[in-house]
Amino acid sequence: MSLSVAAFAQHGGHETVSAAVEPQAQETAIHADSSVVAHADTTAAHEEEEGFSIGTMIMHHISDAHQIHLGGSLYIPLPVILWHEGHLEVFSSSNFYEVNEHGELDYKPYKGFENHHEQIVYVGEHTEEVAGHDAHAGHEAHGVKVLDFSITKSVFGLLLVIVILVIMFRAIAKKYTSRPGQAPSGFQNMIEPFILFVRDDIAVPSIGKKKAERYTPFLLTVFFFIWMCNMLGLVPFLGGFNITGTLSVTLVLAGIVFIITSVSGNKHYWGHIFWPPGVPLPIKFILVPIEFMSVFIKPAVLMIRLTANITAGHIIILAFVGLALMFGQDSAVAGYGVGVGSVLFMIFMYFIELLVAFLQAYVFTLLAALYFGDATQEHHHEEHEHEHEMQSAH
Amino acid sequence: MEFLNQLMAVEMGQGLAGIGAGIAAVGAGLGVGRIGGSALEGMARQPEASGDLRASMIVAAALVEGVALFAVIVCLLVALG
Repeated sequence: MSLSVAAFAQHGGHETVSAAVEPQAQETAIHADSSVVAHADTTAAHEEEEGFSIGTMIMHHISDAHQIHLGGSLYIPLPVILWHEGHLEVFSSSNFYEVNEHGELDYKPYKGFENHHEQIVYVGEHTEEVAGHDAHAGHEAHGVKVLDFSITKSVFGLLLVIVILVIMFRAIAKKYTSRPGQAPSGFQNMIEPFILFVRDDIAVPSIGKKKAERYTPFLLTVFFFIWMCNMLGLVPFLGGFNITGTLSVTLVLAGIVFIITSVSGNKHYWGHIFWPPGVPLPIKFILVPIEFMSVFIKPAVLMIRLTANITAGHIIILAFVGLALMFGQDSAVAGYGVGVGSVLFMIFMYFIELLVAFLQAYVFTLLAALYFGDATQEHHHEEHEHEHEMQSAH
Repeated sequence: MEFLNQLMAVEMGQGLAGIGAGIAAVGAGLGVGRIGGSALEGMARQPEASGDLRASMIVAAALVEGVALFAVIVCLLVALG
């Protein structure tokens, strides 16, 4: 049977393959975020009826979802908020699925809306074509996209991080005002080294002592926010949040850095971009377009660096777990044997991921501070400026 | 046998994406290796500066890895859609 399915996949007979794997495609709860469709992956990887597909599992754990999967058959449904044709629809996402005996989700339509791979489309009340949609046509097949403002897993994680940060830092700030001049104690004691680290080792060397105070609140916020979001994504068994690993969140963070940099750019900053001093005229023709593009590319790279690092870390950990499950499919002994080794590797990768969580927050904050410092640079003489850059560059 | 079937069922686009991810790993390894090597050399020459060097090494490694992971993301997008 596996041979025949592989032969179909090679011939590219989409209709036959999709008909064969359609029931599994809906049962195994494939979730795909944005426009990544994991269909090619499932058709290639599904040899037998209830096989374990490591690609599907990884995509399921990285992508956003409308419910939180705590493990096994335990799902926490989250509110679905849709704006469709002029009115607001709010309901629980548990209307969209039923948990079957394998602990996976069977999707069903509700009120004319359907949940295609965690993207909600509107197909209307009187359609009977729900189960027959072509697996490769994606979510646009029969439905109209609606504006989805739901509280998804990532949004819930964001709100959780916000609540944690607000509670934590309000308590710490209150300690500073209620015990002035005394040695820090308790939670304040734990967080103060990091606050001083951001201010004295990131903000002041990059921006300069005079102007750092304007930007330090933002840098502190962004540092602790990214660090906390990364750490939340590493907590096992709690539904697998992947907040900073989604491009939307990091796009907003990088966009804010871009806005602050551009708004606070003084004339030296823009002057250096469009008319670099000390550069011969022919090279200016090459340098000015590059400098102008770098205004946009630098925040974009910030965004991709954070997303890629966090997502790659999650994928590696999930791959080690999935490796044991994949081998365990064939024989229980192989599963246990590989499982021991893969759990050890996974623990090692977890330590690295904890380091990466802090490191990526540090690198994002440092680069943001460097861009702010660039934007608010003072006028120096040539050699003075060179020396200043060498001192402040880490 | 199942493994071979699984290999054969991979499309060429996905296979090339796998090769691309491997090349990105080579790039990351070369880059970070060079950074680590020169940082160690500098620390050997001047042990007093090892604190500064360590911090710079980590930052530079994060930046270089960012570029390599950008390539990994592109390969992932090719492989899965």
